[in-house]
Amino acid sequence: MTPHILTRSLDRAATAFILIVAAVGVLIPLSNLLLPQGSMFQVPTYLVALWGKYVCYAILALSIDLIWGYCGILSLGHGAFFALGGYAMGMYLMRQIGSRGVYGNPILPDFMVFLNWDKLPWYWYGFDKFAFAALMVLLVPGLLAFCFGWLAFRSRVTGVYLSIITQAMTYALLLAFFRNDFGFGGNNGLTDFKDILGFNVQAEGTRAALFLLSCLALIIGFLICRTIVTSKLGKVLIAVRDAESRTRFLGYRVESYKLFVFTLSACMAGVAGALYVPQVGIINPSEFAPANSIEAVIWVAVGGRGTLIGAALGAVVVNYAKTFFTSGPLAPYWLFMLGALFILVTLLLPKGIVGTFNSWWETSKATNGSPDADSAAREDGVGAPNPAE
Amino acid sequence: MNVMDTRATSAMLYLDGVHVSFDGFHAINNLSLALEPGEMRAIIGPNGAGKTTMMDIITGKTKPDEGTVLFDGTVDLTRLDETRIAELGIGRKFQKPTVFESQTVQDNLLLALNVDHSVRGTLFWRGSKAESERIDKVLETIRLTDARNRLAGSLSHGQKQWLEIGMLLAQDPKVLLVDEPVAGMTDVETHLTAELLKEINKNHTIMVVEHDMTFVRELGVKVTCLHEGTVLAEGSIDQVSSNERVVEVYLGR
Ligand SMILES: Nc1ncnc2c1ncn2[C@@H]1O[C@H](COP(=O)(O)OP(=O)(O)OP(=O)(O)O)[C@@H](O)[C@H]1O
Ligand SMILES: [Mg+2]
Repeated sequence: MTPHILTRSLDRAATAFILIVAAVGVLIPLSNLLLPQGSMFQVPTYLVALWGKYVCYAILALSIDLIWGYCGILSLGHGAFFALGGYAMGMYLMRQIGSRGVYGNPILPDFMVFLNWDKLPWYWYGFDKFAFAALMVLLVPGLLAFCFGWLAFRSRVTGVYLSIITQAMTYALLLAFFRNDFGFGGNNGLTDFKDILGFNVQAEGTRAALFLLSCLALIIGFLICRTIVTSKLGKVLIAVRDAESRTRFLGYRVESYKLFVFTLSACMAGVAGALYVPQVGIINPSEFAPANSIEAVIWVAVGGRGTLIGAALGAVVVNYAKTFFTSGPLAPYWLFMLGALFILVTLLLPKGIVGTFNSWWETSKATNGSPDADSAAREDGVGAPNPAE
Repeated sequence: MNVMDTRATSAMLYLDGVHVSFDGFHAINNLSLALEPGEMRAIIGPNGAGKTTMMDIITGKTKPDEGTVLFDGTVDLTRLDETRIAELGIGRKFQKPTVFESQTVQDNLLLALNVDHSVRGTLFWRGSKAESERIDKVLETIRLTDARNRLAGSLSHGQKQWLEIGMLLAQDPKVLLVDEPVAGMTDVETHLTAELLKEINKNHTIMVVEHDMTFVRELGVKVTCLHEGTVLAEGSIDQVSSNERVVEVYLGR
């Protein structure tokens, strides 16, 4: 990447976001590892894992915001790409178990022995190598998104229709992964992981490292998205979002643009899933549940569509609330609360938390008579998406 | 001169025997029309005459059921999609002004510039002096220099019309299809628009649809009157407006 497109992407807010994520990524593991247990400032290990999960969700939210906030593609199936990345990592972790499994088979994971399979299916080959698995984390979601997008965007499937078929896609995968003979552990999924790259996945040090890596991935993902949305490509994406057919009449091949961001976004979601699995210790078909994908879209809406930072923030805030409520007496009502939250945000804060803050900031700057407020606020030309859409 | 052998016509834009029907309703009926290179043509006709639909056909938005549509004598436009046709050099201003509302005026022009439109090209794009000079020039022409950093959505209707004409200028196509450019403009603005189109016509072929007869008269070019999807009359504005059938159509029978 040439530097000019990178430097352009770093305004004050973006730099602050990166610094905060980096600080969190370093401080939480340090406090967990170095401070004495039970000390007030020591972050307990379970919280490291929990926050690691939030960071992975933030990456997923970012990937959704890139396509929805900037290009108007409302994918209600992004959980599928997340889960596929997760499964690719899970397959690597399964093969690392080796003969330490319950059945002690050095090659076959337990569930295959249980199903009386006598050899490894071909699609499990190579997953004993980390590099291969890491490649698949990007390739499998990326390839699926590419094929799906190629068909959908070329036939100009847009709007609600596209959202519905993405839901259908994740649902179809849900059903497939539930089946035992599909070869991914069926209902139970993949679990009982032992180690990753030779380190015990349960160890505090490993958890701390995974947390740090997740934060790093969030920063990289954020930088990639920022680079895209602040380039001319970003302006084209917004043009597609706001007036798709007009963009065509200017000579832009809209389907190529959509295919590019959709595929990239799926790869990002895959990475998020891959980092998620070793931290939660399991991946099962429920990750493909259509509701998961919808929930992820709600995070973005709450945080602020088309702001990137808002998407990440929304993922953390909503999931923090979820953890808080689902561990208390209100647990059975969580889904209703999530629904209510979505409706409230749509009605009261249509631009989400960050979008609303941005508009407030712009107006207050403008009324303070700062002469460059107008141009500064719009230097990257990114207006908020029309909430009515 | 052997180029002429392969050309079916000398016209820049050539329509012959075009038919389009929407669910059995014949919007375009045996429409034939030819625009010579460098010509400006005004298209008039009552509401629903098929003027916009004709532009949809030329720009690939609507596929005709039958008929020939040739660009530059050689290119069959009925086989191409909107992007390809735009790349060939046919630009369009829509009847309802369509600009990118959440982006600034100058970004609208930047998007319209006829430079590399590939994903790669736009990702690694860096502004050049030539580009910003072109944008400055267009801004001056359409009198929006002071509004360059305003969001296009905040412009008045007339300003949006001008911005869209500016986008056409930035696009610099060979043929400009301009659908009702002066709707919602004041008399002064209308006059300025006529001047502008005449200026653009010095090195572009233009087809302009308009209901405003003073405007059409001011353009002083050949006029084609459409009615029920077919050409009713063609000639100077005086010839056309004195044509019995045209009068009949406009006044209602
Ligand atoms: N996509 C479509 N589906 C169905 N009918 C259509 C479609 N597009 C145009 N029509 C019909 O075709 C006829 C011609 O429409 P068109 O918009 O071309 O007229 P026009 O000459 O541009 O009129 P106006 O002066 O009002 O803009 C109208 O009766 C319109 O309702
Ligand atoms: Mg019309």
